Amino acid sequence: MSQIALTCGFILILAGLYGALTNRDILRMIVAFTVANTGVNIVLVAVGYLPGRTAPILDSAVPVAEAAQRIIDPVPQALVLTAIVIGLGITALMLAYAYRLFRLRHSLDISNFTELKW
Amino acid sequence: MIPKVLISVLLLLLGYAFWTLSVGYAPDTELNRTAAYYAANAESEVGAPNIVTGIIVTWRGLDTLGEVTVLFLTSAIIALVLSQSGGPSGVSGADFLPSGELLTTGARMLVPLIVLFGAYVIMNGHLTPGGGFQGGAILASGVLMALLAEPTRRFGHTAILRIESLSGSFYVLIGLAGMAIAGGFLDNGILPLGQFGTMLSAGAIPLISVLIGLKVGAEFSSILQSLHETEDA
Repeated sequence: MSQIALTCGFILILAGLYGALTNRDILRMIVAFTVANTGVNIVLVAVGYLPGRTAPILDSAVPVAEAAQRIIDPVPQALVLTAIVIGLGITALMLAYAYRLFRLRHSLDISNFTELKW
Repeated sequence: MIPKVLISVLLLLLGYAFWTLSVGYAPDTELNRTAAYYAANAESEVGAPNIVTGIIVTWRGLDTLGEVTVLFLTSAIIALVLSQSGGPSGVSGADFLPSGELLTTGARMLVPLIVLFGAYVIMNGHLTPGGGFQGGAILASGVLMALLAEPTRRFGHTAILRIESLSGSFYVLIGLAGMAIAGGFLDNGILPLGQFGTMLSAGAIPLISVLIGLKVGAEFSSILQSLHETEDA
């Protein structure tokens, strides 16, 4: 189970990086980065998964006394919650800069922006 | 040509690294010490059945404060970047396409429900999956729907700004109160822990969740609004 999720996350990271490196369109690059971001989140959550255990919420199904034997690792989940929110902020920032660039050149093709090219 | 080769070599190397990682991966059979501590002390220390919320709001509350600050910075930078990219003047929002009967009527019915659901997710953050961040995002999606339904509508910038700064200040004040009364910065023990598993329990966690939810909702709304207003810039 966690193998599948891990592999899935790794493939998403690779696909996102490939898209970000090969696409010429800035909007497509932003989408590719969010795909890679999702892959990282999946890998993080998959690492915290322990076979045969349940979500880290204590209720009638998971009594407090057995909690340490019954739940999966809550720390990666808290980390991923943080990562999702920060990822959203980064995406919004990238979109704002893309809009700025579009206003500047009336184009979103990266080959029209050659100032930093070497 | 050369960039293509470089990209494929890079991705192949990275893929190989990932492959070795996932082939050699064996899931743990028991929790590590940190997680076991959190699991064993969730009831006695923070009183929150949802351990993830307990970690985010109390044990690692300082990180959450930092994260909210990062979000605030993001929304401020977006407002700055978009306000400076002045487009051709003279074009106002008057020439928007009407959003259509379906969307307008649907939004009138759905927006109150979305906001109600956001409030529910925020208030039950310490009992069920959810919490301030998730609920705040749901609140902001209600704002997005209202914006889509009525493109010419303007939400009060000052109201959003006030909500954001007030909830942020109260968040820090609660943290400081934790230092003065309870065990440390953002300790939730400033209020009684109450009955484990009920709505008004877990000390200050519901209060902090509400503040985080308001702050995140206001920040996302102001980001959406900045992006939205560029249409008629």
